Amino acid sequence: MNNILEIRDLHACVMDETAENSCKEILKGVNLSIPAGETHVIMGPNGSGKSTLSYVLSGHPSYNVTKGSVTFKGQDLLALSPDERAAAGLFLAFQAPIELPGVNNANFLRTSVNSVRKARGEEELDPVNFLKLVRELSKKLSFSTDMLKRNVNVGFSGGEKKRNEVLQMTLLQPSFAILDETDSGLDIDALRIVAEGVNGLRSPEFSSLIITHHQRLLDHIQPDYIHVLAKGRIIHTGGPELSRQLEAEGYGRLVGEADA
Amino acid sequence: MTKLTQDPALLKQLETNTYKWGFETQIEMDMAPKGLNEDIIRLISVRKEEPEWMLEWRLKAYRLWLTMTPPDWGKVNHPNIDFQDLHYYAAPKKKKGPKSLDEVDPELLRTYEKLGIPLKERAILAGVEGAEEMSDVRAPIAIDAVFDSVSVATTFRETLSEAGVIFCPISEAIKDYPELVKKYLGSVVPQGDNFYTALNSAVFTDGSFVYIPKGVRCPMELSTYFRINAKNTGQFERTLIIADDKATVSYLEGCTAPQRDENQLHAAVVELVAMEDAFIKYSTVQNWYPGDKDGKGGIYNFVTKRGVCRGDRARISWTQVETGSAITWKYPSCILQGEGSIGEFYSVAVTNGHQQADTGTKMIHIGRNTRSTILAKTISAGKSDSTYRGLVRMLPRAKDARNFTECDSLLIGDQCGAHTVPYIESQNSSVKIEHEATTSKISEEQLFYCQQRGLSQEEAIGLIVNGFCKDVLKELPMEFAVEAQQLLQISLEGSVG
Repeated sequence: MNNILEIRDLHACVMDETAENSCKEILKGVNLSIPAGETHVIMGPNGSGKSTLSYVLSGHPSYNVTKGSVTFKGQDLLALSPDERAAAGLFLAFQAPIELPGVNNANFLRTSVNSVRKARGEEELDPVNFLKLVRELSKKLSFSTDMLKRNVNVGFSGGEKKRNEVLQMTLLQPSFAILDETDSGLDIDALRIVAEGVNGLRSPEFSSLIITHHQRLLDHIQPDYIHVLAKGRIIHTGGPELSRQLEAEGYGRLVGEADA
Repeated sequence: MTKLTQDPALLKQLETNTYKWGFETQIEMDMAPKGLNEDIIRLISVRKEEPEWMLEWRLKAYRLWLTMTPPDWGKVNHPNIDFQDLHYYAAPKKKKGPKSLDEVDPELLRTYEKLGIPLKERAILAGVEGAEEMSDVRAPIAIDAVFDSVSVATTFRETLSEAGVIFCPISEAIKDYPELVKKYLGSVVPQGDNFYTALNSAVFTDGSFVYIPKGVRCPMELSTYFRINAKNTGQFERTLIIADDKATVSYLEGCTAPQRDENQLHAAVVELVAMEDAFIKYSTVQNWYPGDKDGKGGIYNFVTKRGVCRGDRARISWTQVETGSAITWKYPSCILQGEGSIGEFYSVAVTNGHQQADTGTKMIHIGRNTRSTILAKTISAGKSDSTYRGLVRMLPRAKDARNFTECDSLLIGDQCGAHTVPYIESQNSSVKIEHEATTSKISEEQLFYCQQRGLSQEEAIGLIVNGFCKDVLKELPMEFAVEAQQLLQISLEGSVG
């Protein structure tokens, strides 16, 4: 099997800001394989470690891996810095995109795209060609070009922030994207745009890991597998039909079974 | 979550930032013995072939200086300076009138090269014939290069003199335009203004003199590259710029200095005089040696810069990007005397390592309807400490005067400090004074977000810092804005792996 991502017995903790040298374990042995071309979904109760998993995979400095391994396209992902992971093709759509006051959005997008292109040995885009590309994509994503002139995520509405994430994802052409509750707080139109963004990237070379609480995003994106993460471990894996079942029953039964 | 960057590797890098432009030119120096007394002042005056009145002026300042003590109110710490352990005069042995490139000391040309002075300007500096006609897309810039204490070359003289503009070393102005110098020297910054201005008035060796006659818009940006070069040489530059009625001038001052172990003292004085409807724009990019990672060495920069809007509707604008020096003590100020006159201060001050900066401005509103704007951006990294200190004073006659002040501080890491000390005094109830201040940090979350998008930490910091400063950077003339942007990146370069 040609797995793009291979997570083995992953344990990770988050640095406690209030106490020195204290690290609270969140992930307690995650195993997950994602083959190229597949879309996987992670669902699970609040506090089960879904966002932690996305941060650990993308290399957030506040999280420490204490055990286990992650292989991404055959290389040791955990040995790479966050920007090296981005260059290697990993993208994280943030649950709460960060504001960068004073940094022009178009300038940020171009710096980002060119950093990644450079790292991948591709030619950098000049401002004219970049602007052409970004205008085209913005139109596709119903993303007002006015947002390109504003500072990164500053004063953006929740929906605008999420669309900005999708625009970045589309520009960076990742081979693996993690969407951390990108659908939360979106209206139906915005939801469809996010779904189109993901679907537009789908190919045999592209995989994604979608973290969500809701069935409704999955009406637009057909996943291959759905995993349930609870208490730091994947306790159940099923097909696309699992999400409807969970919506009807909740996590209670599965979590109870796992505890038993 | 907006906690400070605590990555030990990152913080270590912040401290070990190395100075890129540390080099020393081997040129024979003509140097006075260490120490300061009336004989040394006489020697300086003789070497500069000065008239008697100038010597008297210096001696008067020296006697004032003897009665004064260094100011101690700034938020800076340094060992006491032994003023008797400094050389007060050093000049490269000048070949007579370097009129072609071959005649100029190749060491000097290499120095210009390392400073990044464009080839054309180097050629002009060296006085190569026809150099001024070389095609160049950039707007012409005239440079009065101060190499240690003597102006080595002055350019564009002819073009400027056709417009009636005087732009020359102040030592020449003392000889050639004594009436102008006598009238204005010390008229804005009196000899006894403070300890360092008294010292400067006694021993200044060179600097620039600019006079823009009535109604003349100076046809080019005027530029001086300052450079401290000799060991243990205090530099005491003196600059005097006068814009007569309806005249306009933009003056650029840029600095880099070679790496040293000894602390070097720099106590310059800059005086600006803007008459009715005149406009003086004074821009500085300062990148002197800040000291090593332990805070050893580095330039002590105690500068007094002040402009007076003497006529109605006159305008003076200070823009500065300060990234260097171990200690910066500097408050470019405006005295708004003329009715409706305008004072502006745009500043970016970056401190890293063990640097200390206490900088800001003073806006003294005297006339009616006078306006001032202060925009100060402070960036602190490493173990550095940065203070904005600003005075806005509204005098009784300043009816309807207005001031707007914005001070923003950006912190990188958790061992640096930023302080804002505004002094506001008003003696007229019709005035309007606004003060805004913010302090923010480059958060770990912001860096991570940028890195997740493929930017290195270095690029991320550069992007955020430039974004933070852009309102000030856009005030710089084009030629300087690019240089300043690079300098910001270089100054914080060590801050990441």
